[in-house]
Amino acid sequence: MSSETRRIPARFTRSRTDRVLAGVCGGVARALGVDPLVMRVAVVALTVAGGTGALLYVLAWLFLPEEGSDRSLAVAAVRDPGRDLAEVLAIGSIALGAILLVRATGVWFSDAFVWPLLLAGVGLAVIWRQAGADERSSLLAVVDLRLRRAALARVAVGVVLVVLGVGAFLAASDAFSAVRQGVLATAGIVGGLALITGPFWLRMGRDLTSERRRRIRSEERAEVAAHLHDSVLQTLALIQRNAEDPRAVVTMARRQERELRGWLFENEQDQPDAQTLAAALARAGEEVEGLHGVTIDVVAVGDLPLDDRVRALVAAAREAMVNAAKWSGDASVSVYAEVREGDVSVFVRDWGAGFDLGAVAADRHGVRESIVDRMARHGGKAVIKTAPGEGTEVELRL
Amino acid sequence: MSAKPTVFLVDDHELFRKGVRAELGDAVDVVGEASEVAAAIEMILERRPDVVLLDVHLPDGGGRAVVQGVAPAAPEVRFLALSVSDAAEDVIGVIRAGARGYVTKTISGPELADAIRRVADGDVVFSRRLAGFVLDAFAASPGPSADPDLDQLTAREQEVLRLIARGYPYKAIAKELVISARTVETHVSSVLHKLQLSNRHDLTRWATERRLI
Repeated sequence: MSSETRRIPARFTRSRTDRVLAGVCGGVARALGVDPLVMRVAVVALTVAGGTGALLYVLAWLFLPEEGSDRSLAVAAVRDPGRDLAEVLAIGSIALGAILLVRATGVWFSDAFVWPLLLAGVGLAVIWRQAGADERSSLLAVVDLRLRRAALARVAVGVVLVVLGVGAFLAASDAFSAVRQGVLATAGIVGGLALITGPFWLRMGRDLTSERRRRIRSEERAEVAAHLHDSVLQTLALIQRNAEDPRAVVTMARRQERELRGWLFENEQDQPDAQTLAAALARAGEEVEGLHGVTIDVVAVGDLPLDDRVRALVAAAREAMVNAAKWSGDASVSVYAEVREGDVSVFVRDWGAGFDLGAVAADRHGVRESIVDRMARHGGKAVIKTAPGEGTEVELRL
Repeated sequence: MSAKPTVFLVDDHELFRKGVRAELGDAVDVVGEASEVAAAIEMILERRPDVVLLDVHLPDGGGRAVVQGVAPAAPEVRFLALSVSDAAEDVIGVIRAGARGYVTKTISGPELADAIRRVADGDVVFSRRLAGFVLDAFAASPGPSADPDLDQLTAREQEVLRLIARGYPYKAIAKELVISARTVETHVSSVLHKLQLSNRHDLTRWATERRLI
């Protein structure tokens, strides 16, 4: 293996971030490149099967430095024994003597079970002495969990089941030796294990769910950010560049506002083609706004689906908007549509220059052909109300 | 009212409050601003402005909560609602809570100052959109009604609202209908009254069904 292809040295540490108790499984799993879940299951399984899991865990806790640190708790304990080392040794030897005494009296489980647990206990004591505040609190949290009534009851039931299972297994292997007994015993052990370790699996499941939820949320945020970047930020940049042209700024701001509104509220304007009078008028208003840099506000009361006649009405209204935008000099045009008992009226109003209807009627082809004649062809009519200085209102009826 | 009206701003966007202050300039006397419901109620009750310029969308209950918190203790304080949303639900909601008018945030500075003055004088300010909403909401037949006077608009009120929706200022409406500007104002106040007090069950339902234009 050349030095280039070598991976970052797999250093065994205790993870700071991925931890249930002391980060042993998280850290080791990362160093080995396996799923932390596998490590945790292994530790629990080994603990249940004879106590070696707990021992290994505690040893790892003692001898693995925490991520970002280069000194394990064991090393720290040796380097800095503290003033009460003698006291600890005294207590330790008394305890050891007591245990040996108990062993001699015969109230004893088995060497294979007690010694690993005892070593684990000593290890925990060392950890307790050396640990920083946060490690102590995680130890306390474990104790606290055990003390909670529900947890306690669950553990008790689990232990009883395990004991029953083991007892049944022993009885079965002794004389009765029925397959049925073996099955019962196994069921008891499995049930007990499920009860004892249940909360662990539950929490694991919850962690996975919340992890997935976090990921979905961050994906949504990324999508919003991308959209804002493509639209709003671009427009803001354009606005800064065109700061000395108020009209352009207004047009850009309006267009961006409309686009953002459509995106946020997903209303009918999102459809590729408007399907109703109100939507079609709003669309026409936007187009004219974009082309001529005026503000066109459409208010509609009632609505109806588009057909050929209504399309003609919208086209005529659009022409009226264009005229108002081009000739009136007013910065804003009001469009009002009302549908009442089958009658449709649309008003296009500006308060700009207005004109003398009699003087221009003959040669204003735009008005004649695209508004008045168009409405007449579809069985409607157009009335233009204007005078110099009083603005213009085009009323369209069907 | 001859003196400059005193105004209090309630909006959770500081940038917007600054913008409004700058746009209003000397036209009114801004006596304070707040960004949250609780602080707004407290300061308004303390300073008693003529007009509260109120954002419809606020955290913790929206503009409606501010109106409801102030009105019982200080009925003389008038509210002008200001919104970007134009959602019928919001607009009708804040008007029914007691606001005397509603304008959109795209309104120009001089127009806003004018609207504030009118609300301070006890008038009602309807935007084109609000007029459209009201016409729409009252368009359906009211059905069995406890109080027909409250549940229906008169023909004249409808005409006035329609002209507002068409973009006519009050003066032009008066000219068009050959009535005085004062009479126009009376009709609009009467519509506001009906909007606030009518029990038409379909008014609220209409507003909730109708989301955005």
